[in-house]
Amino acid sequence: MQGHKADYVEIRLEETQITRIIYRGERLEEVGRTSSLGGNVRALVKGGWGFVSFNNIQKLRDKVELAVKQARLIDKQDFKLSKTEPIIDVVATKNNGPTTIPLSSKKRLLDEYNDIILSTPKIRTCNIGYYDSQRKVTFASSEGTYIEQNKADANLRLTAIASENGQVQQVGLSLGSQGDFAAIDGLQEQVKQMAQRAVDLLSAPQAKAGEYTIILDPVLAGVFVHEAFGHLSEADHVYENKRLQEIMVLGRRFGDKYLNIVDGAAVPGLRGSYKYDDEGVPATKTYLIREGILESRLHSRETAAKMDEKPTGNARAISYLYPPIVRMTNTYIEPGTLSFEDIISDIKEGIYAKDWYGGTTSLEMFTFSASEAYMIRNGKIAELLRPVVLSGNVFVTLDNIDAIGNDLQMNQGGGCGKRGQSPLPVSNGSPHIRIRHCLIGGS
Amino acid sequence: MEEILSKAKKLAEQAEVFQLSSKVTPVHFEANLLKQIQSKENISTALRLIKGGKIGFAQANGYIEPEALVEMAVETCPFGMPAKFNFPNPKVYPKIETLDHQIDNVTVEEMVNLGDRIISAIKQHTPEILCEVSATKGTISVNIINSQGGEVSYNKSFFNLSLEGVLIKGEDMLFVGDSYSSCHPVLDFKPLAEEVIKQLELAKRNVIISTKQMPVIFTPNGVASSLLAPLISAFNGKLVFDGASPLKGKFGEQVFDKKFSLQDDATLPYQVASYPSDDEGVSSQRTPLVDNGVVSHFLYDLQTAALANTQSTGNGSRHGGLPTPSPSSLIIGKGDTPFWDMVRDITEGLVVEFLIGAEQGNTLNGDFSGNVLLGYKVEKGEITGRVKDTMVSGNIYQVLKQIEAIGHETRWVEGFLSTPCLYCTGLSVATKMG
Repeated sequence: MQGHKADYVEIRLEETQITRIIYRGERLEEVGRTSSLGGNVRALVKGGWGFVSFNNIQKLRDKVELAVKQARLIDKQDFKLSKTEPIIDVVATKNNGPTTIPLSSKKRLLDEYNDIILSTPKIRTCNIGYYDSQRKVTFASSEGTYIEQNKADANLRLTAIASENGQVQQVGLSLGSQGDFAAIDGLQEQVKQMAQRAVDLLSAPQAKAGEYTIILDPVLAGVFVHEAFGHLSEADHVYENKRLQEIMVLGRRFGDKYLNIVDGAAVPGLRGSYKYDDEGVPATKTYLIREGILESRLHSRETAAKMDEKPTGNARAISYLYPPIVRMTNTYIEPGTLSFEDIISDIKEGIYAKDWYGGTTSLEMFTFSASEAYMIRNGKIAELLRPVVLSGNVFVTLDNIDAIGNDLQMNQGGGCGKRGQSPLPVSNGSPHIRIRHCLIGGS
Repeated sequence: MEEILSKAKKLAEQAEVFQLSSKVTPVHFEANLLKQIQSKENISTALRLIKGGKIGFAQANGYIEPEALVEMAVETCPFGMPAKFNFPNPKVYPKIETLDHQIDNVTVEEMVNLGDRIISAIKQHTPEILCEVSATKGTISVNIINSQGGEVSYNKSFFNLSLEGVLIKGEDMLFVGDSYSSCHPVLDFKPLAEEVIKQLELAKRNVIISTKQMPVIFTPNGVASSLLAPLISAFNGKLVFDGASPLKGKFGEQVFDKKFSLQDDATLPYQVASYPSDDEGVSSQRTPLVDNGVVSHFLYDLQTAALANTQSTGNGSRHGGLPTPSPSSLIIGKGDTPFWDMVRDITEGLVVEFLIGAEQGNTLNGDFSGNVLLGYKVEKGEITGRVKDTMVSGNIYQVLKQIEAIGHETRWVEGFLSTPCLYCTGLSVATKMG
């Protein structure tokens, strides 16, 4: 890495083992294993970045040279990366990871879930996608950092599909962990309910499009906070954009004084947890919003330097094929004091939306979809609805949160996509929350 | 590859080795300035086995000892699905043009220059806009060999130029953008610049729209961001076989408007989604999916075709695992109505350019529901401005059953969809009340 006249050089090498099991209906359609070996070099010269990724880890010096040469082509404003102490460390996984569990045991469990779904009357078919990985990442930089991190990840997505008279309805369930297989074990009862709900949706009505008072369950509220606010707090959207900086000025009020939003890989034991990010910066726990006020944002070393704020250890790359960019880790709304009964009792007509299907954002506008929804009538949960897609505007919707429950739960089944890097393991969470004037698509 | 195949043949009845190598050079601009130049090389080798009548699979990205890959694949065989097909025998593949050597001659400096010029063209129109631009060139090489003597080898070049612009006024954000892909170098930035400038012109002022059912014109980008995901799942032979597509049992039936035709075509010269052979050695072809509204075919790979008692359509595509049916290029047939005639026909309606989140509902059932990232209000036959804080919802089996008019021009979007504008009626539009 030395002797290239670059301001900064880093090398990352990565070895990954993945197992994937896919069911479609009765068919165990795919059992596959993937082994990956590769790496990348990133070089910074006078404010411009060069990046080279490769499978062949020989001749690293040539790759460093190419990255430096590319960086040199870019004539940008010079800057210094924010300072961090050089670190030398080796981080082992807590779990040996599901890679050590024999395929036959994984298959036995998934067979059982598959049987539960398919034995439900009117269920047409199902999808089950199981994936686990064991990853070893070695990181070294020209500043003297050398870190080896071992990471495990597991993810399970089950979908029950019901059909009748040309109508197809589906309900999904997603779970994940940092390699602890127990997190996806013992779900028999949940799987059964999920399959039954897919059948019930066949006869459920669609919500009428319009504005509603809504209650989000902890899982969907977690997706909401990720999409509605999390992405906007990623500093790489803001650091080169003066107008957005004016809007996202620290100290600005976004919500009620009971609203606290946190992101942090230093929160232990979750799918977005780690000790160091992919630039070798120690993980932190960051209050994005404290008591309704914008307190800080998520940074890489570059965005922190350019905005003169502290790095937060949020630079992440999904694999050696990509450079690290600013990403969320474990993002959640802190619990308040209200019970579910307190939140629902004074709603005359509204919608209770549960569990996630997906979500996306343009920064200002966002959508997120529920996989389960009910009308609320006179303070009580009423009839089941077809799944709803909810939408909002970040500058309005956060301020419309007027009740925060006391029942924080984290969901680990999701993956985040940004700039082609998807799905990155993250977790989201929240207690039950109530939002006024939320826009819902429908008939 | 040969070494892997010969070792695998000793342990399994049939074997197939698929190798994909790629060399890609992306140049990224952020906030109107050149930010990063990348160079990516990647090679992956996948081994598919049929052993004891069951399918086994393993893949290596980067180097792996041949024995290790064979061992991984053999380990999965006992759990695999019973194979209903044989790997293809030797055959002559159609000659499909997918390689333009000019790609090699495009220098990084030229790509940087291209980015600079398009940004300055857009800034000349709207000085305050911030653009992200990517110019990406690449080549891929595909090689397949199997134990039945089948052999495929082809190269493809590709080039993509894309732009996303954001214009912030107060707390209002306007997003515009477009992209072009080809196997030829895309060095003429003018069509992209003109499209983006047109979007900026139409979105100059924000207007309010009503919450009600109304007609919607989907532009080509609008078709891609609203209707494409449910259409793709509808014609996936696997979902049809499983009954997870509403088109199961609808073969030969009039499901869509008579004006609506759709085909899958992997044979078009220099289209980035074209190929002589699919990812399992089946010749590429053109497959009509909807003929004048009648469902005429579905897309298949070898295994799904065998299960459904039909032939593969050459749509076996790999996404890191076993081949699965996926479209190549999708072509929606053009009609005879100019865009502005459609606009003139509408008393109150909406033009949808980009919908976000539309693919995150129950796409299997044909449903879509998304937020209008970029769309324009039509009032008394004229576009009056940009609409925001608005959701559009519908179901493709209703929306495409009665199409008011189809555009007389088509264009490519996202590199694999060629479509005209579609003028549809009765979509549910909901907006914030203030």
